[in-house]
Amino acid sequence: MELFFSQILDGLSIASVLLLAATGLAIVFGLMGVINLAHGELMMLGAYVTFVVQNLFKPLGPAIFELYYPVALILAFIITAMVGVLLERTLIRKLYGRPLETLLATWGVSLVLIQLIRSISTSMLIGILAAVAIGLIGSKFMAKKIGDKPYFTYLNGLMWAFSLGIGLIVVNSMSSVRQLSSPWFGPRNLDVSPPKWLQGSWGKIGTVELPGIRVFIILLSIFLLIGVLWFLSKSAWGLRIRAVTQNRQMSNCLGIPTDRVDSITFGLGSGLAGVAGAAITLLGSVGPNLGTAYIVSCFMVIVLGGVGNLLGTVLASIMLGIIQSVVGSGSILIVFPNLPPALKGVVEFFATTSMSLVLVFIFIIVFLQFKPNGMFPQKGRSVDA
Amino acid sequence: MAISETTLKEVEEMAIKEINDAGGVTVADKNYKIVPVIEDGASDWPTFAEKSQKLIDSDGVNVVFGGWTSASRKAMLPVYEAENHMLFYPIQYEGQECSKNIFYTGAVPNQQAEPAVQWLMDTYGESLGKKVYLVGSDYVYPRTANTIIKEQMKALGGEVVGEDYIPLGNTEVAPIIAKIKEVFPEGGIIINTLNGDSNVALFKQFQAAGIDPEKYKIMSFSIAEEEIRQIGPEFTAGTYAAWNYFMSLDTPASKKFVEDFQAAYGDDRVVGDPAESAYNMVYLWKNAVEKAGTYDDLDKVRETMIGITFDAPQGEIEMFPNHHTSERVMIGEAEPSGQFKILQDSGTAIPPLPWNQFVPETKGYTCDWTQDRPDAGKFRM
Amino acid sequence: MKLFKRLVPWILLAIALFVLPAILSDFRLNLFGRYFALAITALAIDLIWGYTGLLSLGQGIFFALGGYAAAMYLTLNTPSQQGGNGIPKFFENFGVSELPFFWQPFNSPFLTLACLSLIPALVAGVVGYLIFRNRIKGVYFSIITQAALMVFFHFFNGQQKLINGSNGLTTNTTELYGLLVGSSDMKLWFYRLTVLLLPVAFLICRYFTTGRFGDALIAIRDDEQRFRFAGFNPVPFKTIVFIVAGGLCGVSGALYTVQTGIVSPQFMSISFSIEMVIWVAVGGRGSLVGPIIGAVLVNYLQSLVSEALPELWLFVQGGLFIFVVVLMPDGIYGWFTGGGLRSFLASFGIAQKARTYPKIDEQIESLQEVVSTTPTDSSA
Repeated sequence: MELFFSQILDGLSIASVLLLAATGLAIVFGLMGVINLAHGELMMLGAYVTFVVQNLFKPLGPAIFELYYPVALILAFIITAMVGVLLERTLIRKLYGRPLETLLATWGVSLVLIQLIRSISTSMLIGILAAVAIGLIGSKFMAKKIGDKPYFTYLNGLMWAFSLGIGLIVVNSMSSVRQLSSPWFGPRNLDVSPPKWLQGSWGKIGTVELPGIRVFIILLSIFLLIGVLWFLSKSAWGLRIRAVTQNRQMSNCLGIPTDRVDSITFGLGSGLAGVAGAAITLLGSVGPNLGTAYIVSCFMVIVLGGVGNLLGTVLASIMLGIIQSVVGSGSILIVFPNLPPALKGVVEFFATTSMSLVLVFIFIIVFLQFKPNGMFPQKGRSVDA
Repeated sequence: MAISETTLKEVEEMAIKEINDAGGVTVADKNYKIVPVIEDGASDWPTFAEKSQKLIDSDGVNVVFGGWTSASRKAMLPVYEAENHMLFYPIQYEGQECSKNIFYTGAVPNQQAEPAVQWLMDTYGESLGKKVYLVGSDYVYPRTANTIIKEQMKALGGEVVGEDYIPLGNTEVAPIIAKIKEVFPEGGIIINTLNGDSNVALFKQFQAAGIDPEKYKIMSFSIAEEEIRQIGPEFTAGTYAAWNYFMSLDTPASKKFVEDFQAAYGDDRVVGDPAESAYNMVYLWKNAVEKAGTYDDLDKVRETMIGITFDAPQGEIEMFPNHHTSERVMIGEAEPSGQFKILQDSGTAIPPLPWNQFVPETKGYTCDWTQDRPDAGKFRM
Repeated sequence: MKLFKRLVPWILLAIALFVLPAILSDFRLNLFGRYFALAITALAIDLIWGYTGLLSLGQGIFFALGGYAAAMYLTLNTPSQQGGNGIPKFFENFGVSELPFFWQPFNSPFLTLACLSLIPALVAGVVGYLIFRNRIKGVYFSIITQAALMVFFHFFNGQQKLINGSNGLTTNTTELYGLLVGSSDMKLWFYRLTVLLLPVAFLICRYFTTGRFGDALIAIRDDEQRFRFAGFNPVPFKTIVFIVAGGLCGVSGALYTVQTGIVSPQFMSISFSIEMVIWVAVGGRGSLVGPIIGAVLVNYLQSLVSEALPELWLFVQGGLFIFVVVLMPDGIYGWFTGGGLRSFLASFGIAQKARTYPKIDEQIESLQEVVSTTPTDSSA
């Protein structure tokens, strides 16, 4: 019984991480039909925000330092949400109605974000700002002068390439000054320490230890889930989001500003990714590759859960989490010690972390044979649904 | 270039600069400067092979220093053998390999893992029982190292009570913690061969789950000063590591090495065993080239290489006929400062045994490239 | 002019076979051999994505399976690779004393040649059928194939005892017909083989994309519902084309492996499979020439940039993704054939702008008013 309970707790804690990471993705996918492959990198940004906040709080003394984590969570949400809105306004919007292309473009964004985090330095920031400023001013100026000419687009592109070149020159000119050109983070993993009140155990149930971090993440994911549900069902914007999810054209006709709904949804999804990233700093490392480790698991959750309902995401996370913890730790063998040897061999074969992922995938493929659109398919009258 | 390799590149550049500043490499009474060509393997094994080919064919280099994971070395090995070229590999690895074209300046298991297991059993075998739990990343070094440890534990009359592998980069260690708590409810000995990101997850979650160094004795083989900085010293404090060099080693040569590195790359930087190996290999090559009187007759350089010594930061090391170096072995305890307190020290360098003597398949085999026989890489003693 | 057009493919083939080996160093020639091998994968992806609308992010599975088949044959048939008990040396590291059963077919060269493409094709058939049967498509299909890729990666990476785990298999020191696979002679032969197989792959793809079968694929891509309502079942079409693509990827992986000297689970990394898609996007999907151009061009660029400025490559690659998808959705070849060059020149007044409806062009201003007052539906 105790073993069972501790397995369930482990499974729930894996599930809560999956849920945190997948909720944002599911909301964006459900509403816009867009898969954001840069979602993992937005999580990474959230983790880096946590790192920066931690370092800002360090000089303030141990008592105040303990409070850095809630601040980091909120800031991670705000900053990644802003990045998300920026992304939606500049890129995703241009690809509207082309979900496959969006997928590829967001992968491009994720590559850029990874390398940006690795190599960003003061000189690089100045270079980027210079290039964007020159580009924006130049393109405004050109639009005024030759905006009606047919070759405007091409010259404008040339001008952007030119401003990029200037940016590169600016970066290079500062490369000898170490204070400016040394990267802020570099490719290394960074050290984020949870505050004291999260470390260690939060008590016991029976003999099962309750690790503070795990319990906190479970609580955080429940809290966020309730928050998101409240936002979607009770607030005015939530109503609009639901309306657009159900029928975009009709909503548009009825005067709902669908483009702002898109921005807000994408911002919300990105902000949730940021919070997930901040939560993951408690469990693992903070490095440029943080996001890639989680993104595929998030996809599995979405495929299993379907897109119509957040409840699907919740159930799918819990199922995947529990399968991983029960199979991956091989505790089936402890519960049923008298399995026939052939079956025992099979169980042992899958009782590693790698192989439990394989099993999860097989499970999903089999599941899809019966429920091709996930647990809670979106209801509608279109033949596609 | 990924996480920790950068330091190795910097140390090698430092060694090259030192040599060039001191007049260069003296070959047949002429002084030559070393010109480095740098290529990035991008943590991708095929890229390692491709870039090696490029360095040999297009750049015409005389020697290559590089590689990090065992898989990267295994990917490059055929290139160097097919071209009959020369590679120096700086990282501690699992052994069970002995190539004519590779010189290995990191530890093999008898210079790191085996003394560490012996020390664990000597120190905690009585109080905690002769039982160990093995945790590793899912690739060749941990798998092979754990095979060796299992055989060694058998020879010592102990047993391995659990063995777990996590995919590289995976951070979900909850099932492993559950298993450890199952077999060691009141404490025990854990040997950790995880690499990279998973270590951070392991130590953070160990602490949260109440697996503390008071009760659980954790020995790691891939955690040096650099990795401790990335994990956070408060999570690793009280755990053990076995290496051939620690930054805290209190000898004039070690201090000079640390000071030179920090002067060049910043006071907050740390070096560790892999960096020291990388530094040594440049000097070993230089000494061999000077003695051989040629830098481009690779066969001659290779022959002369054997028996070459160098006063490394850890002490004197020597290149053995099996193309591995002798190494000093030390056990250290991680301190809250991020440095290691040296608990045990072999004092002198221990000769390398690339073919493991605990594993039945390779017991009794040796490697000697000075012998003129077709199977010089692996033959029965 | 017409004669010239018909000669172009032959001229290109002759250049690749005779001119490139004469002017390039062994190392660069070998790189081009790899690019051409990758071009076969690009063709396969174009077949399923460009023509049928199935964006698979898991082609790395089939690519790696083909590579493994080739490497297993070479490893088994080289005496110097065998350890004490007559099986490949690396098995000894993991205490395996008997050859796993699935290695057996690779003792024979003919079975290996068959398995090279048939095993990936079979896997593609099973995975494809199970997915298509349930009408899973679009983004869903993409992320399921990506998850499948991850699963195969974990499996190959974790099974040291079966397939040497993350180390993969190396082929440079293996022998084929008494020649070292890593030697420059052998690599030249592989280069020639690749150059000859690329047109074969091209013809296979053309066979499937022209005629009634090709029309069906395009119909599925453009409107699968209507295709179904017209009384056709799209499942067999999609499955067949996925199988063909899987087989082609297998051949491509085998050619790539022998020229690179290694096959490892990293062939099944997420990024590599997405890169394959971007070669097609850059070259131009929906045409069979585009993917070849894209694969060679992007990989050549990658070699050059990563040799000169390794830190910059991810920026360039990411930027290329975004640029192509947003501004050049038809790729380089599509831009040319779609009149991109002409309209570029026309905008500077160098060439005449093509006139679709000359009369309307003249009255364009009066028409614009009408257009602007018509309610538009941009969101369909």
